[in-house]
Amino acid sequence: MILAKLFGKKTFPKGIHLEEYKDESNVAATRRLPFAPEMIVPLAQHVGKPAKSIVFKGQHITRGEIIAEADGFMSVPIHAPVTGVVKEIGLAKTAQGGKQAAIIISTALSSGQQLIESEQSNDYLSMSREELIQAVQNTGVVGLGGAAFPSHVKMKTPENCAIHTVLVNGCECEPFLTTDHRVMLERIEHLLHGIRITMKCVDAPKAIIGIEDNKLDVLHAIEPYLPDDQSITIKAVATKYPQGAQKMLAYSLLGIEIPSGSRSSEVGLAIFNVATLAKIGSLLPLGHGLIERIITITGDSLENPGNYLAPIGTPLRYILNHAGFTGDEASLIIGGPMMGTPVRSLDVPITKGTGGVLVLDERLTKHNDILPCIKCTQCLQACPINLNPSELGLLAIKRKYDVMEEQYHLNDCFECGCCSYVCPSNIPLVQYFRIAKTLNRERHLQDG
Amino acid sequence: MAKSDLKIDIRTSPYIRKAPTVAQIMRNVVYALLPLVAYSVYHFGISALALILVTTFACMATEHFFCWMSHKKPTILDGSAAVTGLLLSMTLPPGFPLWMGVIAGFVAIAMGKTLFGGLGYNLFNPALVGRAFIQAAFPVSITTWTPAFAVDRFVEFIPSTLALPFMKPLPTADWSAQVAIDGFTGATPLALMKFQGIITDSYDLFIGTVAGSTGEASTLLILLCGAYLVYRKMLDWRIPVAVIIGTSLTAELFYFIDPSKYPSPAFMLLSGGLMFAAVFMASDMVASPVTPLGIFVFGCLVGFLTVIIRLFGGLTEAVMYAILFANAATPIIETYTQPRIYGARDKVKDKK
Ligand code: SF4
Ligand code: SF4
Repeated sequence: MILAKLFGKKTFPKGIHLEEYKDESNVAATRRLPFAPEMIVPLAQHVGKPAKSIVFKGQHITRGEIIAEADGFMSVPIHAPVTGVVKEIGLAKTAQGGKQAAIIISTALSSGQQLIESEQSNDYLSMSREELIQAVQNTGVVGLGGAAFPSHVKMKTPENCAIHTVLVNGCECEPFLTTDHRVMLERIEHLLHGIRITMKCVDAPKAIIGIEDNKLDVLHAIEPYLPDDQSITIKAVATKYPQGAQKMLAYSLLGIEIPSGSRSSEVGLAIFNVATLAKIGSLLPLGHGLIERIITITGDSLENPGNYLAPIGTPLRYILNHAGFTGDEASLIIGGPMMGTPVRSLDVPITKGTGGVLVLDERLTKHNDILPCIKCTQCLQACPINLNPSELGLLAIKRKYDVMEEQYHLNDCFECGCCSYVCPSNIPLVQYFRIAKTLNRERHLQDG
Repeated sequence: MAKSDLKIDIRTSPYIRKAPTVAQIMRNVVYALLPLVAYSVYHFGISALALILVTTFACMATEHFFCWMSHKKPTILDGSAAVTGLLLSMTLPPGFPLWMGVIAGFVAIAMGKTLFGGLGYNLFNPALVGRAFIQAAFPVSITTWTPAFAVDRFVEFIPSTLALPFMKPLPTADWSAQVAIDGFTGATPLALMKFQGIITDSYDLFIGTVAGSTGEASTLLILLCGAYLVYRKMLDWRIPVAVIIGTSLTAELFYFIDPSKYPSPAFMLLSGGLMFAAVFMASDMVASPVTPLGIFVFGCLVGFLTVIIRLFGGLTEAVMYAILFANAATPIIETYTQPRIYGARDKVKDKK
C-alpha cells in the first residue's frame, strides 16, 4: 500500500491482474433489443421477500404497469416489461436451477409498446427522506451490479450511523463485462441525478465515483458535469481484480476497512453501483418503474457481441439468437467469469440482477486434474481479504468445516475467486468454501 | 437450434484460470538447475555427470514404481521426482559411489515422499531426507571430497565412483594427491575452517573454484539461477532472503564477540552449500510455511540453526539438518503466524 501510494495509484493490497477481454463488447454504443414474443417475469428477482402478483391470467397489461406489489419493506414491486396479455402465472425455470413463481406474458407484437402514463412525477429536491425512500422502492430498483439487494433498504441507514460518503462503484472489475462502462458514458445525467437522490436519502455531504484506471474516458466524460463545490468527485483507482468489491473499493479510495461481518454503514459509507444509481436517476423523477436494463452479451463464438438494452424477462434464448449465438458446446455463464453462475437452461429469463451473459469457449474453461496443494503460497498472495485459502482448502478436504469458520475466518471469504484462479494445483478452492459455508449454515440452523 | 437445452459443463466460478501448472513449475525448476549441473560437470568431470544422472533416474524410477504398486495414476510427469533427484545429487560429493546414489534416490522418494502420501503431503524436503539417510549410512563416502579441475576429469572417473554395490569404495586419497593442482587436502572450506582453522578466501567461494559437493560450488551461479525462478514467480524469494538474514545476523553476533575464533558472516554465507540450500532446498514449497510471517520465521530459524550447528556441533553439513528441523517446525510456525485478515475486529477497535 505504501509503495502503491508512492506511485500515486490508489489500490488495495493483493488481488490479481486479469486479462480484460472487454474490447469485444465495448466498441459500440448500447443497442436496444427487440421485444421477445414471450416474457418470463419471476416474482423473486431480488434479495428479500418475493413480490406479490396482482394480475390474473388473461389480463391485458400495459408496458410499465405494476404487475406485482412489494410485500413489505424488504421487497420491491415489479413492472410489466411489455404491453401484452398475461398468459400464465405459474412456475418457470430460473437461471439458478429449480423453478420459481413467475408471470408469463405474451407480448402484443402489434402494439406500439407505449409506456403507461405515470400517475405522479417526483421532484426529488423538495421531497423528505422518507418520501424519497418510498419513491425509490416504487421504482423497483435493486442492486444492478448483480447483488439484487433492494436499493431503498440500503438507503434507509440505521439511526446510529451517520453516513459521511456515498461511494459510487464504477469499477466493473470482472473481465468481459462492460455494462457499467457504457452506463457511465451514455447516462451521465441520470447517474448524477441518482447520486443526488442517494445523497439526500442517506444524508451524506459528499459522494465519490470510483472507476478503474482502464476507463479514463469515463473520467473525462463525467468531469465537466460535476458540481464546483466538490460534493461529487470522480477518482480513478488501479485496475485490479476485485477492485469492485465494496471492501476493496472502500480501502482503495478512502483507506477505510469495513470491519469483518458488518455493513458499510458502520464506517459511514453507503456504496452503490453506477448502473443502479443511473436507473434510479432516470426512473424516480418520472415515477416510472424498472422494466429494462443494459446487459453485456459477449464471448468468442458470437457474431454480435455488445451491450443491449433488454426488457427484463426476455428469455436467454431470444437474446442469444439475436447476438448470433450458434454454438452448442460452449459454456454459458450469467455474470462475469470470476463470480458468475452457470446457466442450466436457455429458457430462463434475464432478471434485474443480470449484468451479462457470457459464452466462454473451452480454451478458457479447460480444466486440468486437481492435484494436492503444494503450498506454493500463490493463493495467500492473491486473497484480498488476506485469508489462508491453502489451509482452508486442506481443512475442507478433511471436512473440518467448523475449524474453517472458527479459526480461519471462512465467513469473511466473499468468493471472489482469486485463490482458485492462481492455484497451480487446480484446486477448486472457492467451490470447497461455498460447500463449507452452506453446510455450516445448515448446522447452525439445526443447533438453533 | 435443434436441441432444447445446450449441454453445459456445470461447475462453479471462477471459470477462468491462469496459473502455471505444477508440472510447469517443476519443469522450470529443472531448467534452473541445468546451468548448475553444467557447471559442476565442468568442475568435476564425468563422475559428477554420472552421479547426477543416476541419482535423478533413481528418484524418478522409485516414484513410478510406487505409483504402479498402488495403482495410482502415474505422477512422474509432474516432474517433482526429477527435481528431488537433481537437488539430491547436487548435495553429494562428486566422487560419491553411484550405487550409493541409487540408494539415496530411493530413500528420498520412498521415505521422504511416498511414505507421507506423495507430493503435497510430505513434511520434509524429500531430497534432504535422502541426504540425511546416507549421511548416517555411509559416513565416510559422503565426506570424501575430491579436488575440482582434475586434469583428466572429462575422461576418467574418480576411482570411488564406480565402486561395486555393497563394496567399500576405493580410497581416493592417493588419487586426489596425484591429480590435485596444488596442496589439495580433500577438505571443504568448512572443514578447513572447523578442523584446521584455515579460512578460504570469500572471492574463491563466490566464484566457485573450491572443493565441495557437486552443486554447491558457485554461489554466483546459484544466485543467477534462483533469480530466474523468482522472475518466473516459481520460487518464493522471501525464503532465501530470510535464510541469509538469519545466517548473517547469527554469524555477525559471534564474529562480533570474538573475530579470531569465529568466521565472518561472509564466509558463513558463501561456504558449505548454504546458498544452494537457501535458494533451492529451504524454499521447497511443500515443507515450508505458507504464511508471510511464518516464511520469515522459518528462514531465520534455518539460518540461525545452521550457524549454531556449524560452530558448536560436530558436523559440517549443518544446513541440511537445520532445514530438516525447520521443516518439522513448520506446522507449529504456521499455527502461530496466521495472517491478519482484512477488517479484523481487534485491530479496528485498537485504532479507535
Ligand atoms: S475466494 Fe475467498 S479465500 Fe479465495 S481469494 Fe477470494 S476472499 Fe480469499
Ligand atoms: S495456490 Fe493452490 S497449491 Fe498453492 S498454496 Fe494455494 S491451494 Fe496450495
